[in-house]
Amino acid sequence: MRLSLLSDLNAERAARRAAILVTDVASGEQRLVREAEVETDPLALELQDSLRRGKSGLVERDGRQFFLTVQSPPVRVVVIGAVHISQALAPMARGLDLDITIIDPRTAFATPERFPDVPLLAEWPDAVLPEIGIDRYTAVVALTHDPKIDDPALSASLKSECFYIGALGSRKTHERRVQRLIEAGFTQTDIARIHAPIGLDIGAVSPAEIAVSILAEIVASLRKERRRSA
Amino acid sequence: MLSTDTDILKTAEAWRREGRGVAIATVVETWGSAPRPVGSHLVIDGDTNFLGSVSGGCVEGAVITEALDVIADGKPRMIEFGVADETAWQVGLSCGGRIRVYVERLD
Repeated sequence: MRLSLLSDLNAERAARRAAILVTDVASGEQRLVREAEVETDPLALELQDSLRRGKSGLVERDGRQFFLTVQSPPVRVVVIGAVHISQALAPMARGLDLDITIIDPRTAFATPERFPDVPLLAEWPDAVLPEIGIDRYTAVVALTHDPKIDDPALSASLKSECFYIGALGSRKTHERRVQRLIEAGFTQTDIARIHAPIGLDIGAVSPAEIAVSILAEIVASLRKERRRSA
Repeated sequence: MLSTDTDILKTAEAWRREGRGVAIATVVETWGSAPRPVGSHLVIDGDTNFLGSVSGGCVEGAVITEALDVIADGKPRMIEFGVADETAWQVGLSCGGRIRVYVERLD
């Protein structure tokens, strides 16, 4: 592989754009196809299919074998609330190759001292979410318990294609949340997308344990098709 | 150092920019129960430093040996591992699966 190709592939990943590296297995010839170029590529159909499934693999065309290295954009986790759980969650998310961003308008919470090396936005979710862009590779986790902060983020997520939405709070808290979202015009089907109470039921108690249960639930949503019991 | 997919390919790029010989091994096909999915990478430098994986540790040694030849002569190679393979006496996958790994030099 030419270094410039690898460099371009890494740049696409850093910019959160999908890309496919096409390798002619017999000759070793390679090219990088960016998301925007897929449609006009000679292997357009094969590329579109593997991109949709997010899976690398071999394809054949005119007796030639090509290996497609599919690079989906890195999965991102947007956390609403610079709280204790988020402090535990941020380094774990990095270990899972998840891009994390934390949003909390409360400047006492959203400090670099509490979140070293974590992208942190001391802003209201409705102000920054449109800019961040919630896509189908994004999970949204609402952890503040405060409807003023969580609700706008949940509304934005419900209107998006994001693959996971989770909201912290007891069943009672969630009932009141559901009520508010219905009043805001969302249907029961919309609201059913929200995982609440958040996280897999592992009996988590500490902030770090709750972070594990949330991340496990995010992975379970991401890898849904591979699960033995869905 | 963590070794997520992002880190692995970024490291390969960084190693090459430092002037090291680098090979990239990629799982291109699997049959049966294989420990790492198609598309998984192992990157190797000329001093056998490596990052990532193509199996659960069963065949990495053989891939690294092959990678050194690839770094030396620049010719990509396709290697296959599995219990049913003739190389099984040497290295194989205890899980009973088979994998095909493409090894190429980063130029």
